[in-house]
Amino acid sequence: MKILCLVKSVPASTVDAGFRADLTLDRDSVEGQLSELDEYAVEQAVRLAEAGLAQQVTHVTMGPSAASAGLHKALAIGGDDAVHILDDALHGSDARTTALVLAAAAERCGFDLVLCGMGSTDAEMSVVPSMVAELLGLPELAFVSELSLEAGTVRATRRTDRAIEQVAVALPALVSVTDQIGEARYPTFRNIVAARKKPVQVWTLADLGLDPALAGLAGAATAVREMSARPPRAAGTVIADSDAAAAALADFLADRKLLPHP
Amino acid sequence: MPCCLVFAERVGNDDVATSTLELLTLARRLGEPIAVVGGDPSEKVIDRLGAYGAAAVYMYDNAADDPAAQARLLAEVARREGPCAVLIATGPEGKRLAGRLAVRLDCGIITDAVDIEPGPVAVQSVGAGAWRVRSAGLGATVVITVRPNSTSPEIAATTPKVERIEVEAKEQDRAVRVVSRTPLEGGKRPALTEASTVVSGGRGVGSAQGFGLIEQLADALGGAVGASRGATDEQWYPREYQVGQTGKTVSPQLYLAAGISGAIQHRAGMQSSRTVVAIDTDPKAPIFQVADFGVVGDLFSVIPALLEEIGKRS
Ligand SMILES: Cc1cc2nc3c(=O)[nH]c(=O)nc-3n(C[C@H](O)[C@H](O)[C@H](O)COP(=O)(O)OP(=O)(O)OC[C@H]3O[C@@H](n4cnc5c(N)ncnc54)[C@H](O)[C@@H]3O)c2cc1C
Ligand SMILES: Nc1ncnc2c1ncn2[C@@H]1O[C@H](COP(=O)(O)O)[C@@H](O)[C@H]1O
Repeated sequence: MKILCLVKSVPASTVDAGFRADLTLDRDSVEGQLSELDEYAVEQAVRLAEAGLAQQVTHVTMGPSAASAGLHKALAIGGDDAVHILDDALHGSDARTTALVLAAAAERCGFDLVLCGMGSTDAEMSVVPSMVAELLGLPELAFVSELSLEAGTVRATRRTDRAIEQVAVALPALVSVTDQIGEARYPTFRNIVAARKKPVQVWTLADLGLDPALAGLAGAATAVREMSARPPRAAGTVIADSDAAAAALADFLADRKLLPHP
Repeated sequence: MPCCLVFAERVGNDDVATSTLELLTLARRLGEPIAVVGGDPSEKVIDRLGAYGAAAVYMYDNAADDPAAQARLLAEVARREGPCAVLIATGPEGKRLAGRLAVRLDCGIITDAVDIEPGPVAVQSVGAGAWRVRSAGLGATVVITVRPNSTSPEIAATTPKVERIEVEAKEQDRAVRVVSRTPLEGGKRPALTEASTVVSGGRGVGSAQGFGLIEQLADALGGAVGASRGATDEQWYPREYQVGQTGKTVSPQLYLAAGISGAIQHRAGMQSSRTVVAIDTDPKAPIFQVADFGVVGDLFSVIPALLEEIGKRS
């Protein structure tokens, strides 16, 4: 039983990170870190391994060299080894290329279960897992908040707007987890040191048999036309609570026609 | 004339989601809207889609409620009609469908658009609202998910041509088994992502009972109730009402936050609201930076007084 965790490295803060002349997020001048929402997936994989239900946990990332920081964080939480897909041609890749690359890497690694986060904290698209599943022809349990494994079947809890569902699927499958599934452990100093010794394979597009022309900005299926800083919100009125405060607030709402019509 | 596919969502037997009407309204900027709707829709559903401009309606009745099956259906309609874009409402299921469809069509995907311009160009708001980004697909078509409440539905009555469509069921569609299902009460309030007013409570509300006051204000304003993760983590209010990065994204006309500090992850889910009102005891709470109107004070004194003022005015 082998688990692949798809983990992304993101700039430490997207708000402070700037954009480059080609309108891509500047991923080099800001230190990378493991996308917080992927920590939950890593933790689940490690728990399954600790329970003796998985024999191998491999973390897979696609990203620039700064992305190795995220891989090391994942390895410090746990897991056996990692794969870093690193290729200059990947700069500016969109969701389509990312999914193609991750699916090709998954095929090369081999797996029974693919675990993902619910969304990357920088792109926030929440589509890469479904795209990878479609490319690999896998069923998918998306946005689950509880997870267990027994006899080749994944069981999970899924909350939608309409219901709380218990769902099950036979392996191989892809599962994405929400932040409700349980915080990741804090890596101990010992585990951080041990993580540096865990093997990390670096693969290029050529290693995956993918055409560099399909990747990066040149191969993207979408293009950013324009990017503008939103004008700062005009400072609002802030008042202290007093006998007149509620009336002032009600007046404000009435002025903007936000009170129900009498 | 170019056309644009809209994935329509039904509400009950006879109605469609407001977000679907919004998509039809936006689709008209790109070409002739073609709606795809599942579950053997009634006459009323078809009429409603027509009222908002659907020139054609493709319906399917095989129980394709799995995104992978829906993606195959939409891909088949796209093959026949050659749309310049496919619009899907943003949401957990919508994202899954969009991702799988983009793979099927081997085209670009743009998520969380807040506006659509001819081109087609999708406008997004990123970095908790700090940037406005205009993007386009580079191929013949593009899949775009659009946030609910991004526009107001506008009527443009037509009589749609109706087609029935089927795709072959696959083993994979039945792979996921639903072992048990506990329905959640929808309640009488408007849906969180579609409401024009949202009243949200945070850790400052102090308890599950405290949310009674938040509900009272929401009802007085005809709105939905939301919550911060601070409040949902405490289990004072159910998870599906959480607003923010890992909850719902809302863009109502009015967002009123009470006892919510306004962490970046919370703001990510509400910053595109037209008007923001904040009530918080801490004058330095970051929520005041995005508020059009703020009251520094105890929500347990401000909200009852506000309820009284609203009562006086109606
Ligand atoms: C990966 C990740 C994802 C996250 N996703 C989300 C998300 O989707 N949504 C979300 O909301 N958060 C999210 N968070 C959490 C977020 O960082 C904050 O911790 C959370 O929003 C805080 O909730 P709060 O504002 O209710 O609580 P607090 O920050 O504790 O704020 C409570 C506020 O109430 C005020 N207050 C106290 N008593 C009163 C009173 N009587 N009257 C008026 N005001 C009062 C206080 O002054 C304070 O400003 C996420 C965090 C992480 C790490
Ligand atoms: N570059 C990447 N490398 C590895 N995993 C990724 C990458 N991009 C996205 N993912 C995975 O897909 C999930 C959703 O990402 P996104 O669709 O970008 O929001 C993340 O939580 C990861 O599990």
